[in-house]
Amino acid sequence: MPQLSFFRIFFIVIVCFSSLLFASPNFFYSTVDRKLDNPTQPSSWPDFLPSTLVKLGLDLRGGVYMLLEVKTDDVIREKFDFLWTDVRSSLVQKRKELGSIRRIDTSGDQLKIEIGNSENIDFAIKEIEKFNSSTELFSSKWSGSVQRDLLKISSLENIITITFSDEQKRTLEKQVIEQSVEIIRRRVDETGTREPTIQRQGRKRVLVQVPGLGSSEELIALLGKTAKLTFNEVVSIDSSSNFPAKLDEIVVGSEQNNDLFYLLKKRPVVSGENLTNAQPSFDENGLPAVSFNFNPSAALKFGNYTKDNIGSPFAIVLDNEVISAPTIRSHIPGGSGIITGNFSVDESNRLAILLRSGALPAEIEVLELRTIGPELGRDSINAGKLAALVGGLLVLTFMWLSYGLFGIFANVALMLNIILVMALLSILGATLTLPGIAGIVLTIGMAVDANVLVFERIKEEIKKNSSIYNSINIGYEKALSSIVDANVTTMIAAIILFFFGSGPIKGFSVTLGLGIITSVFTALLITRLFIDLYILFYRPKVLRV
Amino acid sequence: MLLRGLFNQSKEIQFFSFSNVLSYISLGAILVSIILFFTLGLNYGIDFRGGTMFMVSSSEKIKVSDVRNTLSGSNLGDVSISQATNPLETLSAGTLTSTDNIFMIKVEKTEGQNIETKVKALLLNKVPDIKFLQIESVGSKVSSELVRNGMLAVLFAVISVLVYIWLRFEWQFALGAVFALIHDVILTIGVFSILRYEFNLSIIAALLTIIGYSLNDTVVVFDRVRENLRNFKSLPLLKVLNMSINNTLSRTIMTSVTTLLALFALYFLGGDVIRGFTFAMIWGILVGTYSSIFVAAKILLILDVKRNWDEKESKAGTQF
Repeated sequence: MPQLSFFRIFFIVIVCFSSLLFASPNFFYSTVDRKLDNPTQPSSWPDFLPSTLVKLGLDLRGGVYMLLEVKTDDVIREKFDFLWTDVRSSLVQKRKELGSIRRIDTSGDQLKIEIGNSENIDFAIKEIEKFNSSTELFSSKWSGSVQRDLLKISSLENIITITFSDEQKRTLEKQVIEQSVEIIRRRVDETGTREPTIQRQGRKRVLVQVPGLGSSEELIALLGKTAKLTFNEVVSIDSSSNFPAKLDEIVVGSEQNNDLFYLLKKRPVVSGENLTNAQPSFDENGLPAVSFNFNPSAALKFGNYTKDNIGSPFAIVLDNEVISAPTIRSHIPGGSGIITGNFSVDESNRLAILLRSGALPAEIEVLELRTIGPELGRDSINAGKLAALVGGLLVLTFMWLSYGLFGIFANVALMLNIILVMALLSILGATLTLPGIAGIVLTIGMAVDANVLVFERIKEEIKKNSSIYNSINIGYEKALSSIVDANVTTMIAAIILFFFGSGPIKGFSVTLGLGIITSVFTALLITRLFIDLYILFYRPKVLRV
Repeated sequence: MLLRGLFNQSKEIQFFSFSNVLSYISLGAILVSIILFFTLGLNYGIDFRGGTMFMVSSSEKIKVSDVRNTLSGSNLGDVSISQATNPLETLSAGTLTSTDNIFMIKVEKTEGQNIETKVKALLLNKVPDIKFLQIESVGSKVSSELVRNGMLAVLFAVISVLVYIWLRFEWQFALGAVFALIHDVILTIGVFSILRYEFNLSIIAALLTIIGYSLNDTVVVFDRVRENLRNFKSLPLLKVLNMSINNTLSRTIMTSVTTLLALFALYFLGGDVIRGFTFAMIWGILVGTYSSIFVAAKILLILDVKRNWDEKESKAGTQF
């Protein structure tokens, strides 16, 4: 006769009860969701019950999924360009000893300098080494602490090669990405959407997920711009870009007029990182504009500059385009100002947001963009629910018709199985996607496998005229090996999917994997319990499986 | 009960009496699939090809040729348009009504926002009440990574399975199982090549699940083979294999049927978005069930298995 230990029943009851408890909020999704939205409002969902819902993926609730790559190489290139300007002006003073000085190979991740007199190369290296702790090189806002020995300097004949050490490069990359994630988060928050996810992915990538957003246009307009704002001195203005630019000067086009070019001083008077605030406003003609405030030190710089340059133009440059170049009419001491341009109200709003959130340290590229409208998501949920319901009913009926009472045992186990999966998804905070629902439906079909294996074995034993209890015992024993092998192999597939899959596919692997675990649990423990109870209390003379 | 005893056939089916013919058919199908893959190729989705896909709906009938003409003159690269079978025809609860026409429009270019705005404007101009249900854009950098990851995943799955079966059984079993898997994967790719269904990320997921399922089936048969080899030491291998397949036949059919029932529900009711995935799965279950009998067991027969399972020196073949 079967043994019913207290521990066994206790364990099964606890697992079933708690999974029912944790799965329950999902069966009243909208009620619980409303409660989570307005915790203060009275709700029909009682407080003592858990209210953790299964997170729905973007494909089910609608939203925008965006994979971005931060162009960190650009930052490194910029650093070397910067360094070259400084190194050159320092070496030029020693031209007598060094001969001609030339930068060769401007590929970006290194600085190669060729000098005329190779016998004095050590002298040049000594000069360059002074830059090894240059604060200038890493002085911008996102640099973190300044480190010594940033540069690896090597020489061959008359060529000096300067590179960053790998470690330095990684640190730099990390800082750029972290800063980017921060800026992206600030900008996405400005859209006022609920629960955006912004996470770093891999070495250079950022994944942005904004549920509930119907279109990606607004998001791209916010994220696609670096929003690097500088105020530069204007050297001259012309209708062609053929300026005789000096090393510390740069040619920049106009944002509004394709035939207008400015020659500007490279080093800005003040830049956007010194802004303390930016708000959309209107200029004296009632046209949309953006007003801003500088921090005290920049306000002083800006004040002094305007005092000394009354009557000459200065340029407001955004992302390498001059948006306007007003003439300084008077001394501006207060550190506040206004940017005019040919803005629409929307554009001035957006520019204010961009300036408030700060400039991205590097340009970002959109690698992957998926927008799912809310209608489609809702329909996917409905379709998934319906398919799960119909599929479930079909399987339940088929099992009942094939195995009779034992089929009903398996069916109850199957339903508990689904509840277990839902509970685990809620507890683990996993995301349910449409392929995830498919995974659950597939689990419904495959979950009965373990039961079928056992039942078929029991049948065979009955045919051999074993006693009832022996048939069941041996059936379970012999089927175990197959059950383990069969489920381990499917588990392998689920695990591989989890690590290689992205987005919705990952959701599928999660429900498939959880389904495997719970189906083995229910078949080996719960169905077995039913059978044992049946034998114990009904004492059947013949077993009909 | 109605179905009870349906599979309780007392007569043994002689599976290997017609297995030679089937082997040739299988080999032929594999060959054809490979040829199709290299000639006709697969209808890759934007996941793997890169590009931008618009899923749109409109209550008016959209003229495909009209839309094509509008778009193809706009420097967007390759343009393809297809009408989706309405996922909601069977559904009354949906927010979209069954009178909506749903179309998939794919263009080759990606360049983020510009393409999206451009196509949206062009389409709105042509079809004023158009609704954009889903827009996906995958750059070439990501799509090539997705292709690589997909292939790696399938390769990884096959190798891990090879190792697992080898540890649990013997190398002949591992080869048989893995060959059956490769058979299933190649045939699935072949079917996608013929039917021109879109081959995207979810199909890779389906392939991996098929690998898992097919193996599931194979392992159950192999498990019985191992047991019977122990119990019937003097019986010829062919008889042992045939007996094992017959022993497990009702289980094979039961599990296939329940899984197929669930999958058919998904196929007909689960909506258009996962229809390709469920199709791959249904095909995979059928092929997988076939291959565990006629490919995996057949290879075992060809390779011959050692029969001294009881000897202690063997580390493999641990039975729980």
